[in-house]
Amino acid sequence: MNAMNPIPTVAVTTPSAESRNRVVAFARAMFLRLGVLPFMLVIALVVFSLLSDQFLTVANIVNLLRQSVYLILVSMGQMLALVTGGFDLSVGTVMALTSVVSAMAMRSFGVMLPDAGWVVMIGGSMCGLLAGLTVGLINGIGIAFIGVSPFIVTLGLQSIGFGLALYLTGGVPVSGLPAEFSDLFGFGRLLGVPIPILVTAICVAAIGILMSRMPTGTHLLAVGGNAKAAALSGINTRRVLLMAYLVCAGLAAVSGLLLTARVETGEANLGGTVALESIAACVIAGVSLRGGIGRVPNVVMGAIFIGLVQNGMNLASVGSYLQMVVLGSLLIVAVVADQIRHRMVVPGSH
Amino acid sequence: MNAAVPLLQTVALSKRYPGVLALDAMDFELVAGEVHVLFGENGAGKSTLISLLAGANTPTGGQILMRGTAVKMSNVHDARRKGISAIFQEFSLIPTLTVAQNLSLGNEPCNSGFLDRKAVRERATSMLADLGFEIDGNASISDLTRAQQQMVEIAKGLRSDVSVLILDEPTASLTDKETQRLFELIRRLKAKGVGIVYISHRMQEIEQIADRITVLRDGRKIATVEAKSTHADRLIELMSGRAIEQIYPHIAHKPTEVVLKVDGLSSANGVRNASMTVRCGEVVGIAGLVGCGKSELFRAVYGLDAVSSGSVTFKGQPRTGASVRQLLDEGLFYLPPDRKGEGLVLGFTSRANITLPLLNGPLRGRGGWLRRRLARKLSSTAAERVELAPRNVDRPVALLSGGNQQKVLFAKGMTRDAALYVFDEPTVGVDVGTRSALYLVIQKLCEGGAAVVVISSDLPEVLHLSNRVYVMCRGEIAGELEGDAINESRVLGLFFGSNQ
Repeated sequence: MNAMNPIPTVAVTTPSAESRNRVVAFARAMFLRLGVLPFMLVIALVVFSLLSDQFLTVANIVNLLRQSVYLILVSMGQMLALVTGGFDLSVGTVMALTSVVSAMAMRSFGVMLPDAGWVVMIGGSMCGLLAGLTVGLINGIGIAFIGVSPFIVTLGLQSIGFGLALYLTGGVPVSGLPAEFSDLFGFGRLLGVPIPILVTAICVAAIGILMSRMPTGTHLLAVGGNAKAAALSGINTRRVLLMAYLVCAGLAAVSGLLLTARVETGEANLGGTVALESIAACVIAGVSLRGGIGRVPNVVMGAIFIGLVQNGMNLASVGSYLQMVVLGSLLIVAVVADQIRHRMVVPGSH
Repeated sequence: MNAAVPLLQTVALSKRYPGVLALDAMDFELVAGEVHVLFGENGAGKSTLISLLAGANTPTGGQILMRGTAVKMSNVHDARRKGISAIFQEFSLIPTLTVAQNLSLGNEPCNSGFLDRKAVRERATSMLADLGFEIDGNASISDLTRAQQQMVEIAKGLRSDVSVLILDEPTASLTDKETQRLFELIRRLKAKGVGIVYISHRMQEIEQIADRITVLRDGRKIATVEAKSTHADRLIELMSGRAIEQIYPHIAHKPTEVVLKVDGLSSANGVRNASMTVRCGEVVGIAGLVGCGKSELFRAVYGLDAVSSGSVTFKGQPRTGASVRQLLDEGLFYLPPDRKGEGLVLGFTSRANITLPLLNGPLRGRGGWLRRRLARKLSSTAAERVELAPRNVDRPVALLSGGNQQKVLFAKGMTRDAALYVFDEPTVGVDVGTRSALYLVIQKLCEGGAAVVVISSDLPEVLHLSNRVYVMCRGEIAGELEGDAINESRVLGLFFGSNQ
């Protein structure tokens, strides 16, 4: 280890203590680089494979991936909001509104054009996406141009959107969607790959390119890292913020559409817990709540981790009430870990 | 270059904020190839002037001429395109990004819409090499020292074709060697015909590089003088509008017993093995560069930061890591450097702020009731001692000027007699009138037998008030000067840790 030391035999530590020290040092370096996710992942894998033999089967893993795509999409959007130093509590509302509006649009188009399932499907999906993007646009305008805190704008819109979705449907699921819609986006496969996974993969690739291969990605990180400095560097911070919330809502809307196709009805209750889950996924994946730090692959892993925990708890027959307790605890543990990590990186900060 | 037409000129340039005229009909000119120093106190209008020149703010009156033609700059980016680049004290770097990313920020090299990451790195390497800065382009900004960050900031300011460079106290965090390297760079730019606007408080620097000096006071131009033919004392007189003796009182130090003894103190926040003593009846100055640990030393003494080793003895009792409450009750008053962040509750009135530390002590009456009449009396007396005008006593401090806010902060320490007063940056952002009033308060405290510690980045303040000065460097006490040995060059020498 120490080449300069003339007498190598005077090592104070015993070999086992030394290797333990090395493990601790390695764990510390991992924690600083990657955050809390690898540790949580290992713990979850060990715990759930002990609790259930079905957990580590190929069928279950594929199932898990297929179930996680909805959260992956929303979490990527959430990451964009988080890296700019804000967050979006209205992602669940975007999903619900997209679901309800697209379903209702498809039903009324279906009455007008009973034989053109494809046209109905595309038209309805567009209406749903537009509804979702409207929420994002209002979020973006409120935060970037009026300067309201993201907490208030997205919290308010979360209530407004949910209320609208319930009002439009009267609380009853909207059925009567064209069969093509569910067949394609819910259960369809292309070259053996489920369509939802394919759509998500495209979105992940696009956001990955945006974040690391486009100037805009650096601008998003810069606005979150130090908004004033970003403005002094000639970055249009308002445009960047607006874009972050628009894309965030867009991804949540895509997720809402896919989920609508899966459940074959438009539902106002879609995405009720997704705000919490997506923020938890991001924070566990090392996205800083102070903005400026966030990586797409880690966030995908974070979302899969949340899906894995839910899947594992289902297999271990943990009730849904207790699952809420576990999920909330995970979020808080992740934030505490983020705080500790921040303090290790920047000594003397509070 | 045609010397008759100035490179940059302002004509009757004004900036009015609600309630304040920050810059009043300023006529300023900069010719190509000169270093023009702006000299003035905090709040004199220097920052406002450069923010207008750099496009960070828009003027409310007058105009800016560049090579004789009127220009309007809507933002910093716009100014940069016109060749005016400013390096502010507040860095425009993103701590979470790398050096290379920062150097290309807002102007990324692209390849058909995609970021050219190789070009980003190469550009950074060549920019840093051109300037002779040894900084790794792949390092994260948050991993750099403040001096290195300053160098990246300078490199960023010079990335486009610059004809006017504005530097706002660029050496505040640089070592002597780094400062000299910066001066070489400035001389090179000068030779290329770049006009440089330079803000500094350090006389030695001004003597080294200034060609002309414009002195500002209260938002107005007082004079533009040739650097060669103007003495430092004359500059200070121009700056403050009064002779030096009128600003700083003559304090009669009569040191008696030791009230505070710090022995080998180290803290988690960067103080290393600091030992010092403070005696009653003297003012002890603590000087040093930004980030040298001078604030952190007393944060550790006052129980705000964790002590990792060493001891603190206050009034003969061991008080290492004691609580703020205990030290306050025993007579140690600490005035924090950031009045808005740590010192004052901005929404409260002056009176409520003054009595805040007393709520759990003398103001708690029988049965836990607040003794309101006593609170009024104590706060009025304290306000009188710092010459806070009575009409300001019942106003929320957020509505007061910086000088009056600082008086309120001082008044918090005047409600009861302390044995030791620690003032961290006592006059930051305060006008001359208030400053001399606050110095008189310090004089009275000291001559009344109390011990006073003045921690300050304002060198003249430390030089003129102190009986003894400790200079700190990189968390350690680099040296101690006493009496006539206290002078600017000695203190500056110790700033960089060089003992003699």
